[in-house]
Amino acid sequence: MEHPAQKSQAPILELSDVQMSFGGIDALKGIEHVVPEGIIQAVIGPNGAGKTTLFHCISGLLKPTAGSVLFRGKEINGLVPHRIAQLGISRTFQHVALFKTMTVLENVMLGRHTRTHSGFWATGLRFPGMRSEERQIKQRAETYLDFVGLADVAHLEAGTLPLGKQKILEIARALATEPRLLLLDEPAGGLNMTETEVLGALIQRICQNGTTVVLVEHDMNLVMDISDQILVLHYGEYLASGTPREIKDNPAVIEAYLGEN
Amino acid sequence: MRKTDRWIFAFVVLLIAIFPWVVLNISAISNYVEVMIFAGIFSLVCLGLSLLMGYAGQISLAQAAFFGIGAYSSGILTAHFGWNPWLAMPVGAALAAAVAWVVGVPALRLKGHYLAMATLGFGVIVHIVFNEEIDWTGGPSGMVDIPGLSIAGWRISSEIQWYYLIWGVVFLALLFCFHILHSRVGRALRAIHEEEVAAEAMGVPTARYKVQIFVFGAVLAAIAGSFYTHYVTFLSPSSFNLMWSIRFVLMVMVGGMQSLWGALLGTVLLTFVGNEWLQVFADFEVLVYGTILLVVALFLPQGLIAILRRDFGGSRNPISRVSDEG
Repeated sequence: MEHPAQKSQAPILELSDVQMSFGGIDALKGIEHVVPEGIIQAVIGPNGAGKTTLFHCISGLLKPTAGSVLFRGKEINGLVPHRIAQLGISRTFQHVALFKTMTVLENVMLGRHTRTHSGFWATGLRFPGMRSEERQIKQRAETYLDFVGLADVAHLEAGTLPLGKQKILEIARALATEPRLLLLDEPAGGLNMTETEVLGALIQRICQNGTTVVLVEHDMNLVMDISDQILVLHYGEYLASGTPREIKDNPAVIEAYLGEN
Repeated sequence: MRKTDRWIFAFVVLLIAIFPWVVLNISAISNYVEVMIFAGIFSLVCLGLSLLMGYAGQISLAQAAFFGIGAYSSGILTAHFGWNPWLAMPVGAALAAAVAWVVGVPALRLKGHYLAMATLGFGVIVHIVFNEEIDWTGGPSGMVDIPGLSIAGWRISSEIQWYYLIWGVVFLALLFCFHILHSRVGRALRAIHEEEVAAEAMGVPTARYKVQIFVFGAVLAAIAGSFYTHYVTFLSPSSFNLMWSIRFVLMVMVGGMQSLWGALLGTVLLTFVGNEWLQVFADFEVLVYGTILLVVALFLPQGLIAILRRDFGGSRNPISRVSDEG
């Protein structure tokens, strides 16, 4: 994959010595990593490696016990999640976390929240500015649904969609926040092969539009196909980092996945 | 507002408008106008509660306390200090808002039963204050000498005038609530209810919204309290005790938590039950309410409005459809 236009070398995300411990358990033991802007970065590792914990630390759902997370040069660890979303990091969840009784369109409209302003009084009294903003929210949400290919189910309740579409909808909702950095937590989990291929193409399109993508994924075919760079974690520690080809041939990685024998 | 909601709105306005002309002609039920005035006042309390409980998913057992804060603020300012009631009303609302904010910021960090307990505790404290501050509130023996209301020198004296005034205010509040629901604020509230963590990660300041809607509910309750004060012109702490907070929650639940129409329906119904139809039970009232609560929770978790919707073929979940006007 080459995205010559967007591929500047300024790092969008810098992790230095990120540690996270729950009681006596160290889930992350000092992760060091740099993600340049404009790439697709995969994070892999066996179960319990700390991948999701790392996502929580970046998106603010967890506050790292030590170390720092820099987003475009600004320290963001310790900020509340909605503030981080506003700065331009969005995410999906390993276990789909849609607003199930809201429609598909409304889910994406909610994603526009941080980019819009109408407050309590403006909406309650239906000021003209609020009404045009509401129209814009709807239009923008529809374009994101078009982009991911869910326009035809816009008016269904999100909870009624099959899992594959729910996963895609989560991506559309995240995109609606206009992120510079998009974190996808196992986007292919539970998808069949065709759906995974569509997903892979979607992720590449997102990246081409200038959004840096970091994904945690177990589907190695997908990871090897679309990633520019792969970070391997093992028991909360940095194990390896490199291009898909380098990772494939890395003896330490093979050992971690297949065992010592 | 959606198209169907607009039709329902027009229909309900019409219904409420002609209601007095029908019942006043039937002497056996002519006092229903008075019951409906109370139902309107309670509806204001329950609209805020519906947004808080049904949409944002946060319970409050303190609505009676805010109702009381509005009522006593109006009572004290007008009776002791001779203020104009229309001036006392916003002061009471502002006081309720301030108190709700102070209580809400820490309390709304709690969830479920813990939040219920915290708001319940606050409600009990407020009730004790009403009881004990005898110099100001008259204590258990009540407060008298409260003036009525007048608009531009024209005194609101008859039941029918009160009826239209109160229900006019209710419909304004209802409109306000509908607008909130069909906006980014309403979507944020519902998102908090369904997946709080996801809402936060998508950029919704969840804590702030919960407090905001809690304060809004308190303000509506306080305004209702002011109207109540000037309508009844007598205040006693027992109108603002825990039992009333539970009743308000019950009103919202019976009608249907996820619907503003449900809140209205439940309020009117339970006001008739409480003020009119079940007077015979007197001391066993608590038992009756307990039974209603149990039956609704077990067999009608969506409230009575769900039955109406099914019968009239409306959508199961109207709010989940995007407003057609965009």
